[in-house]
Amino acid sequence: MSTPTLKIENLKLGFKTHGGMSEVLHGISLHIGKGERVALVGESGSGKSVTARIVLGMLQALKTARISGAVEFEGNDLARMDPKARHALRGTRMSMIFQDPTSSLNPVYTIFTQFKEVLARAKPGMSSADARSTASAAFRDVSIAEPERVLDSYAFQLSGGMNQRVMIAMALVNNPALLLADEPGTALDVTVQAQTLKLMSELVEKHHTSVLFISHNLGVVREFADRVYVIYKGNIVEQGSTEALFADPRHPYTRALLAAVPRITGGGIPDIDDDSKRFTEPLVAHPGFSERELLA
Amino acid sequence: MKTLAILTRNPLSLIGLILVASVVLSALLADFITPFPQHVGSVVDFTNFNKPPKWPNIFGTDLVGRDLFTRVIYAYRISLILGVVVLALAVPVGVAIGLLAGYLGGWTEYLLMRLTDVFLSIPPLVLAMSMMGLLAPTLTNGMIAVTVMWWPWYTRLVYNIARSEKEEGYVLAAEVIGASRTHIMFREILPNCIPSIVTKMTLDFGFVILIASSLSFLGLGVQPPTPDLGSMVAEGAKYLPDSWWLTVFPGVAILVAVFGFNLIGDALREILGVDQ
Repeated sequence: MSTPTLKIENLKLGFKTHGGMSEVLHGISLHIGKGERVALVGESGSGKSVTARIVLGMLQALKTARISGAVEFEGNDLARMDPKARHALRGTRMSMIFQDPTSSLNPVYTIFTQFKEVLARAKPGMSSADARSTASAAFRDVSIAEPERVLDSYAFQLSGGMNQRVMIAMALVNNPALLLADEPGTALDVTVQAQTLKLMSELVEKHHTSVLFISHNLGVVREFADRVYVIYKGNIVEQGSTEALFADPRHPYTRALLAAVPRITGGGIPDIDDDSKRFTEPLVAHPGFSERELLA
Repeated sequence: MKTLAILTRNPLSLIGLILVASVVLSALLADFITPFPQHVGSVVDFTNFNKPPKWPNIFGTDLVGRDLFTRVIYAYRISLILGVVVLALAVPVGVAIGLLAGYLGGWTEYLLMRLTDVFLSIPPLVLAMSMMGLLAPTLTNGMIAVTVMWWPWYTRLVYNIARSEKEEGYVLAAEVIGASRTHIMFREILPNCIPSIVTKMTLDFGFVILIASSLSFLGLGVQPPTPDLGSMVAEGAKYLPDSWWLTVFPGVAILVAVFGFNLIGDALREILGVDQ
């Protein structure tokens, strides 16, 4: 197969604390092919978000972080890249969407001012008029009916759903190769979240953007992802295609995770062992979906 | 402009606005509204010294026969210049240090904030007094002394805001799109500190005038014959209660300026939603 957009191999992360090392990731491997939408699913504290931070190169600067393993972006090892070149990827080749769109926008600037800064990352010295028309076009792509009004507004004057659309438009306007979506829209209500995710899904398909979708919401993952990695306490425990994994969860942790979804028909939340020994059983890869097979 | 409109709606802040406006206007127009502008310098008129308020000397005359009203208005000029210069020097320095310490953290934070603590641990008036004791008591040195004691308060204020703002989503979002640290500090975090800074500056303007007057009162500030509210009070205090006008009018002048700036500062704090 062609070079994957993102390839993570045996990634380990620990933080130096007063009481020695605190291990967060125990050697995870995953990859995302071009245009592929891959979900990383797990509970809070399982290591989902730190993985995204490492890909962006934001933890490497932290003195207490100990990172080993390889992160390759479009075939280039990030660790061996010139820091300047690595930094230049952010906001241009890679971008990110966050949980709470409203707090991700600076309250003292209009949307347009912030949009212009995003555009300037890829094309410094773009004129205001050009930036405005580019932003308007990007807003139309995310079904914002009145782009001009939104551009001149402040984040707090817009609804959460509108801000989320703005964030999606900003994240995709520079045509990144990789979009990291860290629990996007978790702070929004369910219907708005569904709408905006659908928009995002259509857009990444159109642009052939690869997506690492980080979530604990299984319903959303099932709708959105082509493949799924389940992560538990810093280990990938199961991986496979979305259909296969949801139809036939094989790892005890995945089963527990799927059983934990509250049903709208009632019956309460099932009892789940908080820390079953069986959850730490080794990785289960669905046939044809192990890293070795996929990357061959 | 909108803020100004809101200020006029509340009776207290309206009073503040009127007080400050009259202080500033009278200082600006001193040459035109005072009856004896030549009394700013060393003029002696022994036929007319130490007289109680009586037209045309509405505040009375001082011990060498100079018109007290004239001198009070000109003293405002000195006070306002001092306030502007001190804040213009202290605020940028204090804010920059606070931003660096709050956003960068680590050793930078440790060094800068401990340095700030050293300055904060010395009572401000003592610090200013010892500086003025070392330097010659002039207006310039007075400004330097007050500036040196003033910047740490802004460092403290901005440091705390920067520390909480840097956890905000928009800072992370800016980091993700690859914004530089300078950009994040000055273009993302700083604008969110402005309401607090402006509010503190308004409140401080009165206090700077007060501190400068205290220094002159102790003989360490502006020297005669330059008119200064603090030294006028000090001089007149020896003749209380008989020649009451020598102290009361300069004293009330200090009160009016400090009170006016405080009222506006308090109102701004409410309007801009700043809590301290």
